[in-house]
Amino acid sequence: MGKIKNKQTLEALQKSLLQQRDSNKPCVRVCVGTGCRARGSLNVLKSFEDEIKKQGLASKADIKQTGCHGFCEKGPVVVIGPEETFYSEVEPADVPEIVSETLMKGKIVDRLLYAEPVTGRKSVCEHDIPFYKKQTRRILLNNGKIDPTNIMDYITVGGYLALAKAVTEMSSEEVISIIEKSGLRGLGGAGFPTGRKWRSTRTAVGDPKFVVGNGDEGDPGAFSDRSLMEANPHSILEGMTIGAYAIGANSGFLYVRAEYPLALKHLQIAIEQSKEYGFLGDNILASGFSFNVDIARGGGAFVCGESSALVASIEGKMGEPRAKYIHTVEKGLWNKPTNLNNVKTWACVPLIIGNGVNWYSEIGTKESKGTAVFSLVGKINNTGLVEVSMGTPLKRIVYDIGGGILGNRRLKAVQTGGPSGGCIPEELLDLPVDFDELNKAGSMMGSGGMIVMDEYTCMVDVARYFLDFLQYESCGKCVPCREGIKRMLEITTNITKGQGTKEDVDLLQEMAETIRDFSLCGLGQTAPNTVLSTLRYFRKEYEAHVIEKRCPAGVCKALIQYTILKEKCTGCGACKALCPSQAIQGEPKKTHIIDLAKCVKCNTCRDVCKFEAVAVKQKVD
Amino acid sequence: MISCSINGIKVQAEEGSTILEVAQMYGIDIPTLCYHHDLTPYGACRLCMVEVDEGKRTKIVASCLYPVKEGLKTRTHTEKVIKGRKLILELLLARCPSSKVLQDLASKMGLEKIRFNMENDDCILCGLCVRMCAEQMGSGAVGFVGRGQRREVATPFHEASDICRNCGACMYICPAVNLQCRGVKHPGDLCNSCLVITPQCIEKYGQVTCTIESCGACVQKEKK
Repeated sequence: MGKIKNKQTLEALQKSLLQQRDSNKPCVRVCVGTGCRARGSLNVLKSFEDEIKKQGLASKADIKQTGCHGFCEKGPVVVIGPEETFYSEVEPADVPEIVSETLMKGKIVDRLLYAEPVTGRKSVCEHDIPFYKKQTRRILLNNGKIDPTNIMDYITVGGYLALAKAVTEMSSEEVISIIEKSGLRGLGGAGFPTGRKWRSTRTAVGDPKFVVGNGDEGDPGAFSDRSLMEANPHSILEGMTIGAYAIGANSGFLYVRAEYPLALKHLQIAIEQSKEYGFLGDNILASGFSFNVDIARGGGAFVCGESSALVASIEGKMGEPRAKYIHTVEKGLWNKPTNLNNVKTWACVPLIIGNGVNWYSEIGTKESKGTAVFSLVGKINNTGLVEVSMGTPLKRIVYDIGGGILGNRRLKAVQTGGPSGGCIPEELLDLPVDFDELNKAGSMMGSGGMIVMDEYTCMVDVARYFLDFLQYESCGKCVPCREGIKRMLEITTNITKGQGTKEDVDLLQEMAETIRDFSLCGLGQTAPNTVLSTLRYFRKEYEAHVIEKRCPAGVCKALIQYTILKEKCTGCGACKALCPSQAIQGEPKKTHIIDLAKCVKCNTCRDVCKFEAVAVKQKVD
Repeated sequence: MISCSINGIKVQAEEGSTILEVAQMYGIDIPTLCYHHDLTPYGACRLCMVEVDEGKRTKIVASCLYPVKEGLKTRTHTEKVIKGRKLILELLLARCPSSKVLQDLASKMGLEKIRFNMENDDCILCGLCVRMCAEQMGSGAVGFVGRGQRREVATPFHEASDICRNCGACMYICPAVNLQCRGVKHPGDLCNSCLVITPQCIEKYGQVTCTIESCGACVQKEKK
């Protein structure tokens, strides 16, 4: 099939694809996103192929490899249509049974169904599982449904119709005003109004103009951009093409970290396929508009997610931010007007053009419309990708979707926005999550990382962890960020060792404020957020460390010691067997004892003990 | 011409000039380290930060890069700005304790104490040498290597550069390495000697003319 020349041909193609598809034909969808891949989903896929061939079902059932379903905790995930039976943690050994029972007889393999951790209630379909049921999936809607390497799948779900509508029926001004009216804000974290940015780039003086897709997701614990690029690359390309049409750009770049090989591969395939069908390249859909996208691979520097550093990196220079008193929309790539948006923002564009402004802005809050995507991780039952409407209370994300805290422990804080964000304490759990409310609480949306922390997390240690990450990921150009983060790290490290003073806590506060106000780019300006937010909400914990030399959460090694509780120890020997320093002594079925001189405080005994007999106590000299 | 104000004084400026350039023209002293009037402004040392009015809020910006605008109100020495500058200088001095430029600035700004663990580096990573070599000498023999804590000025692969002409411009422009403060006896000392207006050595030794640019070493010696 050659290039598609107009909207009607595209609609006809979609229609014929839908007709060809037998909706009653069983289809096995195996997730081959990075998370499930790591848990062996490629072997599962192969087993399905072999087994279906072996049982002679090749013509009766389809196999499809899809991108990330988001429920990475339970991978490999397999969904069987048309009933949408959802199997989690599938192993190759389970495959013959699935094929003979579910595919042949339509019976459900009960043990592979997802069971809720607290109630044990089992769900058959994906949409019955609380993790999915309470989400509002728009950007991620097709992630688990289509094969990312096959453009026909994307066209079947209505792909590229928005592009056809935009370039053949709308003027660029109309496109911009729709995006403006929709209230779409930059989903890379800062939340700048997308429409306004497009308009500034369009009106900026300079030629040629560029559009850039930012897929340089570097926050620890964030993986939403990766999943989207792997699972639905065409949605990003379609959004960028519409954006380029609106702005008046003919070339664009997708900046993706080299650490995301699968995303790079799928994007490359998507670019080639969409060129083949005339959705990219010269004279798109015979509209006279041309647009090309190149992929720029990032070398893995966190700072290159910052727009001016990213621009420098694409130009082949050192990834170093510059002051943005002259904005990138005026002088970006090679000093030409450049419009940079996160890949999730781009993926929203076809949805808005296709479904209309009202559809998009009917959900969300007054200032933040649409949905937000979070990578829910940490001490939570359901780890994975979560998409909710803006303004969803944090509590709902953590308890209803996330399934609550691991081991029924108490929630202490939720860290959002990665190293640039802050910690939101349990008291603020009713906080409606949107750009402005998170900012007010001293955190930010960032690239959508959401790390849940339980009562066994030391907040000083959390601040120390993020500072340690940032000291190597700061570009090192400006003094407050480079030297300041290093010194804040020294001070917090001292505090966790019990060597801090009250003055140190005040100095941390002073430094954090100065670094926030004096740093050159967004990285430095937001770097002290973890320190500032933990000082704001957990100052008592800092004070316990410096005054009483005590770590309330029992984390800081220098301030704690391990003991075995006589009344709880059954003498099972599990801890003794696993202790790496042979510090645990004891006869079978008798109370064990920890030799403190040998103990390295690795926490293995506490983790392994089923009777909660290992306790952490304040260190006694 | 643009009309704006600095510290309440009405000033006229050419379009496209930066706050720092205008302030310097009007004799308003803003401390700088990485700025040189013949090189591209870099905005890295953050000492030249000033507070500008932006609608209802004020914003702290780097004066070496921020272009003046009609009606812009700038204040160069607010409490917030001075506090921040002092902390930045303190951070730099903890890195390079015996740099004379930093010690002089410390005296001038009234820095009293360094609260951090001392290191013993020479380079403040202001990038003047890098820009000098590339922009004025047309060479580009040195550049920045690494990021974050590993950042340093070096030649490619740390090997002798083929394009370096040994012109010495990098050494000439370096504010930190060439002049060492002799008053610092222990890391963490703040010398302050250059602040003494009448050098005691002249009184004591009569006609002896000190050839070292107000090093203050003699004063320190006298104290002990």
